[in-house]
Amino acid sequence: MLVKGLEKSFRADWMLYLFLLPGVAYFIIFKYLPMYGIIIAFQDYSPFLGIAGSEFVGLKHFVRFFTDDEFVRVFRNTILISLYKLVFGFPVPILLALMLNEVRIRWFKKTMQTLVYIPHFFSWVIFGGIVIQALSPTGIVNAILHLFGMDPVLFLGHKEYFRSIVVISDILKESGWASIVYLAAIAGVDPTLYEAARMDGAKKWREIWHITLPGIRNTIIILLILRLGSVLELGVQQVFMLYNPLVYDVGDIIDTYVYRVGLTEQKYSFATAVGLFQSVVGLILIYISNGLSKRFGGGGLW
Amino acid sequence: MRYLTLSEKIGHAANLALLFLMGLAALFPFLHVLAQSLSSHTAIVSDRVSVYPVGWQLEAYKQLLQDGAFYRSFGVAIIRTALGTAINMTLTCLMAYSLSRKHLKGRGLVMNMVIFTMIFNGGMIPTFLLLKQLHLLDTIWSLLLPSAVSAFNLILLKNFFQTIPESLVESARIDGAGHGVILRRLFVPLSLPAMATLTLFYAVMHWNSYFDAVMYINNSNLLPLQVYLRNVIVLDDSNMNLIDYSGATLISPESLKAATIIASVVPMIAIYPFVQHYFAKGVMLGAVKE
Repeated sequence: MLVKGLEKSFRADWMLYLFLLPGVAYFIIFKYLPMYGIIIAFQDYSPFLGIAGSEFVGLKHFVRFFTDDEFVRVFRNTILISLYKLVFGFPVPILLALMLNEVRIRWFKKTMQTLVYIPHFFSWVIFGGIVIQALSPTGIVNAILHLFGMDPVLFLGHKEYFRSIVVISDILKESGWASIVYLAAIAGVDPTLYEAARMDGAKKWREIWHITLPGIRNTIIILLILRLGSVLELGVQQVFMLYNPLVYDVGDIIDTYVYRVGLTEQKYSFATAVGLFQSVVGLILIYISNGLSKRFGGGGLW
Repeated sequence: MRYLTLSEKIGHAANLALLFLMGLAALFPFLHVLAQSLSSHTAIVSDRVSVYPVGWQLEAYKQLLQDGAFYRSFGVAIIRTALGTAINMTLTCLMAYSLSRKHLKGRGLVMNMVIFTMIFNGGMIPTFLLLKQLHLLDTIWSLLLPSAVSAFNLILLKNFFQTIPESLVESARIDGAGHGVILRRLFVPLSLPAMATLTLFYAVMHWNSYFDAVMYINNSNLLPLQVYLRNVIVLDDSNMNLIDYSGATLISPESLKAATIIASVVPMIAIYPFVQHYFAKGVMLGAVKE
């Protein structure tokens, strides 16, 4: 019965299955085969022996990195940079959207939007390059310090500045683009609500506080969940561009650490174990924050 | 427009001023780099370059445009972006079309399979080892295939396709159109803003990625522009001449880095005005929920 049904649907829709084939093949080969490759986190993997021939060592690598000072440092850096980005960076696009939304001069609004969107389309090599140039001893930031009679500072070589530079440059690059979603959400707020508020004599501030913000509440919650779920995944492109051995102590994050240990030093199994830990924590965080969001009426991701 | 109270007027003015300052802050570093690329060595080392060139020179750009490695990496970036985006769009359209057909058996299973990859992945090292085993390292395919379909973009397009009325599809079927024709003649033209947005997202991703090339490519002839740029900026690594035959400094390394940055930014800025008006529509796509 079931087989017959499947057969029938396949005959009617064989073209649709054909369309699915390359995409599904892609997901299986490039997304699911690497998941199978995670096995090497529990082995002493050797490229010559392959996955089948390498020795199984259980949790050896996990025990090793949990007791390793360097990993503890990398883990702390990741969490700190991520939390700073969340605390200081998350509200910025919301504020920016609220501000842009109040501008009534069309050309001004358009120009500002263009200026704040554009950095999103620059790679981290370019944006990081601009940051490096601006902060170099001959750069514009030191030129401004010079105006006030201060000595030049080698910003990217100092541990105390590095995390701030990462957080601020990320805010500068991505806040504008992130504000689009909020602008779209604000545009979707029912205009009759504003009219009603005006009839009641509400001032602008009260409109923003009582209508606009509640109106985009769900959008804010969903984006916050997405951020919480990726607390350990900062992405490798930014830090890899900006950091240097002088600031490894404060700037090395899990992604850059996995790259250095795994690909430069070729400790495949150890680095895979670290990466697996990162992915599993991310998975748990996504589930928790999704549950929280549903509980508080924000509607989950699924 | 209704009557504004004094505090609201002040609020509006402050808002405009603050936005204006933010716009300037976004523009300044960029102008600074542009000025550096055009300034003389002595002006740069004596800290006199802010946002306009001092001691005008074009030597940095001349050097850059004489460097074979620059052209090669530029070419690699263009090939990667064109070929990669073509693969992305083809696979994404085909898959999104099938997944948007609600009667299709197994559709839920494939969707779950796609969504799971958004919250869990094999990680950097297993992916690297897979490419190694497939003998894709040091080929252009290592930059194209691992990112052939973005789960996020796929879901975006699938949702957009689902907003196309079923009755249109049915009447096309009655007229004898197969799925291939329906996709090409009906769905693609009806979702042009979505197509444009996704093409832009994919193209920008390919043009800007550099870390995959750092991991997967050793052959210097295959390095894309971003990696070339990074080597110039971070590693001070270039074949270009900073010193003339008498030993005097021609151009400052800062100028050279700045010129390389500007040259890589130009294509992005050149196409930006043409694609900007699709953004708003593109983002609204994401708001369509099943």
